[in-house]
Amino acid sequence: MSSKWWLVLAASGVLALGVAACGDDDDGDGDGGTPSGLSGDIRVDGSSTVGPLTEAIAEEFNAENPDVKVTVGTSGTGGGFEKFCAGETDISDASRPIEEDETKICQQNGIAYEEIQVANDALTVVVNPNNPVECLTVDQLKQVWEPKSGVKNWSDIQGLQPSFDSELALYGPGTDSGTFDFFTEAINGEEGAQRTDYNDIGEDDNATVTGVAGAEGGMGYFGYSFFKENEDKVKALQVDNGSGCVAPSPETAQDGTYAPLSRPLFVYPSATALENETVDAFLQFYLDNINAVAELVGFIPMTDEQLQASQDKLESLTAGGGTTTSG
Amino acid sequence: MEARDATAATGGFGRRDPARPLAAVRPRYGEKVIQALLAGCAVISVVTTTAIVISLLSPTIDFFGEVSFSQFFSFDDWAPTQADPSFGAFRVVIGTLSTTLWALVFAVPIGLLSAVYLSEYANPRLRQVVKPVLEVLAGIPTVALGLFAVTFLSPEIQDVFPGFIKTPPFAAGVAGLAIGLLLVPIIASISDDAMKAVPGGLREGAYGLGATRLKVSTRVVFPAAISGIVASVVLATSRAVGETMIVLLAAGGTANATFDPGQSVLTMTAFIGKTSTGDIGTGTITYDTIFAVGALLFVMTLAMNSVAIRLVRRFREVYE
Repeated sequence: MSSKWWLVLAASGVLALGVAACGDDDDGDGDGGTPSGLSGDIRVDGSSTVGPLTEAIAEEFNAENPDVKVTVGTSGTGGGFEKFCAGETDISDASRPIEEDETKICQQNGIAYEEIQVANDALTVVVNPNNPVECLTVDQLKQVWEPKSGVKNWSDIQGLQPSFDSELALYGPGTDSGTFDFFTEAINGEEGAQRTDYNDIGEDDNATVTGVAGAEGGMGYFGYSFFKENEDKVKALQVDNGSGCVAPSPETAQDGTYAPLSRPLFVYPSATALENETVDAFLQFYLDNINAVAELVGFIPMTDEQLQASQDKLESLTAGGGTTTSG
Repeated sequence: MEARDATAATGGFGRRDPARPLAAVRPRYGEKVIQALLAGCAVISVVTTTAIVISLLSPTIDFFGEVSFSQFFSFDDWAPTQADPSFGAFRVVIGTLSTTLWALVFAVPIGLLSAVYLSEYANPRLRQVVKPVLEVLAGIPTVALGLFAVTFLSPEIQDVFPGFIKTPPFAAGVAGLAIGLLLVPIIASISDDAMKAVPGGLREGAYGLGATRLKVSTRVVFPAAISGIVASVVLATSRAVGETMIVLLAAGGTANATFDPGQSVLTMTAFIGKTSTGDIGTGTITYDTIFAVGALLFVMTLAMNSVAIRLVRRFREVYE
């Protein structure tokens, strides 16, 4: 994840230049529409996957509205909702929809919220480039990664095509990673449950790349953006969820055919925060710029329909709150 | 200066005014303050140790309220942060012992041979240059050594012995080698001091009987300095057990109960370092696990250090 932050810095640098140029235009157009008089704090926390996106947007927003301070924490999706439902944050970043027990805590504390999609991601399973295997079924992935798995060698995987004889070397993120939560839920069927004899690389996805590139029988997983950066070193496996092998790509993630490892990424604003003009302006700004930023940071942008849906949702929410911020 | 020198030269006799008492005329408050400061400094380390024990104690007790001794001290899976947690701490203990073993396998021979060379063979001028350089090696930040292990040692080993490292770039042997680099100066320097402290008469006696330099080194000086040498090895061992950054970077993150240098292992310190930098709630079982492992590590290093202190004391008594 750490190298993603560098991308964010680079991306926000590029965008800063763009916005600086746009800013001049806005001044010429007239200052009625721009939310320049905004001030206050916006507290965001949650998924470390979505964090870099929100951070990039926040920096842009801050350049236009210097009096608004946006703080973006990355406690993980679960940790973020914990704070969100305690009323400590305005917006929660999430790499999965809110869960039932989290909903209950929010209700108990009187926190109402809305879900807005901001991007897509495709968790990518990577192997060594010399590995002849191109595609694994979800069940085969489960054989490898499930708790107490006895698979030590690629040849132990049932129904493997073509046959491959090499000792498995597994690399995976730490247990407090949202990627770990999502992968274990999607593949092993239980969040947080995975075999224990894999190399826990913490949040350093680069170690997975080094490891898988160096070990013939290596296998690991991380976000699509990180795979794109290292396409020359590792190979992405196709995943068969019962209806044929599908490779991870922006298209297959957007239309959901790369299942079950493609996922939408969300932000959750609280109802109280939506009554705040500054938060509204921030969210509007978020959706206006998200697809450009997502591509720069290496995420999979939303389709036009997804973006429209998110924008409609935000508009209905802010209209209900009685504030109009769209310029 | 002159007056005091004169007094010293005459033994103070006849110069002192007999009417003036020996006790201080005025109370020396400044001295009292300095004394208190010095005592305070000495107390700090005692207080710190006590505080560490106290802070370890309560979460450790909480931990054993939920996890039985028999599960903790076992070879069960080590997966304290997973959905279905398991706490076989012997796996991380073995991980620690494995990196320590490989570090010592590398560092003890090289360290001791350097010490013999420096103490018995090197001419004094060379020794004056080599010894400080050797000691600088002990001052290299361990994070630099860890990166050196992952980015240089590991690929080199893979080139020379393909397939030796099972999950590149991580392996207990690679981490052990890097820790070994850190231990060589510790062992060499302390052992060299111990050998230098062997009275010259022993050497001269042996030379007088016609012994060669090699015989003097191995049959006379080495055995005479053995307790100092053992102390250096014990100190190096507890340094290796407590080493964190190198194993965090180079040993991997798999709790394999193995001494195979090609396998990745999770040491106790690496577990603590890895887990405590993540996002864990106070009072959760994961949080308590960190302290339980910390307490176990504390007991292990404490035992080893007391052995080292005892050996160093014995070594001193021999020559005074």
